[in-house]
Amino acid sequence: MKPVLDIEELTVEYVSDERSVRGADRVSFHIAPGEILGLAGESGSGKSTVAHSIMRLLKDPARITHGVIRFDGEDVLSMSADELRSWRWREVAMVFQSAMNSLNPVMRIGDQLADVFTTHEGLGKREALRRAAELLELVRIPADRVNSYPHQLSGGQRQRVVIAMASALRPRLLILDEPTTALDVVVQQEILAQIQELQAELGFAVLFITHDMSLMLEMSDRIGVMYAGRLVELAPAEALRRRPLHPYTQALMGAFPPISGPRVKLTGLSEGVRFTEIGDLEDTGGGHFVAPTGSSHLEREVLR
Amino acid sequence: MGFILRRLGFYLIAFWASITLNFMLPRLMPGDPVTRMLSRSQQRLDPQQIESLQRLLGVEGGPWWQEYFGYLGRVLTGDFGVSISRFPTPVSDVIAAQLPWTLLLGGVSLVIAVIIGNLLGILAAWRRGGILDSVTPPLLVFIGSFPYFWLAMGALYVFGVTLGWSPLRHAFSVGMTPSWDLAFIADVASHVLLPALSIVLVSIGGWMLGMRNTMITTNAEDYILMAEAKGLRPRRIMFNYAARNALLPSVTNIGMSLGFIVGGALLTEVVFAYPGVGYQLLAAVQGLDYPLMQGLFLTITAAVLLANLLVDLVYVRLDPRVRVS
Repeated sequence: MKPVLDIEELTVEYVSDERSVRGADRVSFHIAPGEILGLAGESGSGKSTVAHSIMRLLKDPARITHGVIRFDGEDVLSMSADELRSWRWREVAMVFQSAMNSLNPVMRIGDQLADVFTTHEGLGKREALRRAAELLELVRIPADRVNSYPHQLSGGQRQRVVIAMASALRPRLLILDEPTTALDVVVQQEILAQIQELQAELGFAVLFITHDMSLMLEMSDRIGVMYAGRLVELAPAEALRRRPLHPYTQALMGAFPPISGPRVKLTGLSEGVRFTEIGDLEDTGGGHFVAPTGSSHLEREVLR
Repeated sequence: MGFILRRLGFYLIAFWASITLNFMLPRLMPGDPVTRMLSRSQQRLDPQQIESLQRLLGVEGGPWWQEYFGYLGRVLTGDFGVSISRFPTPVSDVIAAQLPWTLLLGGVSLVIAVIIGNLLGILAAWRRGGILDSVTPPLLVFIGSFPYFWLAMGALYVFGVTLGWSPLRHAFSVGMTPSWDLAFIADVASHVLLPALSIVLVSIGGWMLGMRNTMITTNAEDYILMAEAKGLRPRRIMFNYAARNALLPSVTNIGMSLGFIVGGALLTEVVFAYPGVGYQLLAAVQGLDYPLMQGLFLTITAAVLLANLLVDLVYVRLDPRVRVS
């Protein structure tokens, strides 16, 4: 099937006068329609940088210096400002990390939802508000909450509102950038169930970003693991769970306890070990890709 | 609603406190204001006037609470006594004659400075590092740091004396009688323009910088990024999302300035020979005109309190978060 999103060799640099840092380094992957692709990795590994690049939301000093982003065959990086504006949210929507701060504190949530319809579909105010109320009901928030302000909702409700907003135009790709970070575990589950329900109904593809491996294994069809701006492993979730190949992935998998099964000793992430000169992904068969690990010495260090 | 009533109660108490202070001040000062005035005027006051003075300042004798409630009652009915430097005009008449001009001058200059200053700040922050952002703030701060009277006299010399675009003095042309007809309004407008602009020139930089800085902080908020991701038009993000939030701290400043308008713009009034409270207050102090001073102080206090109440009301409308707390 033709991928909905296709990223090739995406390189993002944070440019400054003295030196520039590569936030993402020759990252390539694609997402098929309706697929959930998880992107895992520690803080600063470039997950959010990739997500922001897709919607071209990067701010100075970040710059996309190399690579191609194609959405449904269309080159995202060459879109004009107007094209970009009407493309955003209609085709790709995004739920940001901070549920608490994604909503404008001085605007009623109904108006913020209606904004999407008045801008993208040219609806009148009244009709847009009616659609906004429908959207709220879709995520099980009473429709009369359109008149509420964000501070009158709980964190979980706020994130629901954002999710409702994201599915307003039935986009083909939904980017979730650590959508549950600021929420407690119970609410996390509710939110994820909500997303899965919506996904089943609307059939969008999802790029799911988190550093929570257990959550990711549960949610995703395929998983990519990022380290220092590089993609080090990309595999179906099941294959990754059974047999992670890259030492970093192994370390990441060893860093959380399995809910069931025998007791195992938890290992920390590769403290003191740095991977450098990470090569391109190599196919090991069955859709399981892994970056070559240069020296066996490193591998031992991490596994020890 | 409860919020508003609570604020109202607070301001009433504050107003009562300021009236009481006004009553106490002459008593706490060494000596008796009436005697000092008498010695200055070298017996030129007639007995009736002395009595009115004494009554006004509460030196009429009797228990303090009797005086106090008498004073309270007079103040609340707008009776501030008779002005000494402008005898026998009642203080309330003197203030009423000056206040409209002060409100006009201060109001016009504040409105212009606030609107243009905030707009410039919004635009500068939106295109951060652009031409507007790099040229305007230093320029305005540079202008704003000139001594005001020098700037005002310069403006008067260039636009009034040399170019003749502006009248040189007063609030309206000699020979005209105040009325609501178009000719008089136009005449008043032409007189107020240059003094007002001179105030705008020195105050606009502060408004712009304040707005620019809050805007920059606001622009880094997640809801701005979210608005951008939603594909909203830049103009809508700039005004409804960014500026709408950045405006909140500005509202407090506007309220404060609104209150202080009533204090008058002394230097402007002097340079442009414009009528107003500032000059009147100076004259009252120099002429030891206690009743007028007290009347003016009380008016200024009332105006500041009123402006603050106004800000509270506006703030409740602008920031939904205040309504619950």
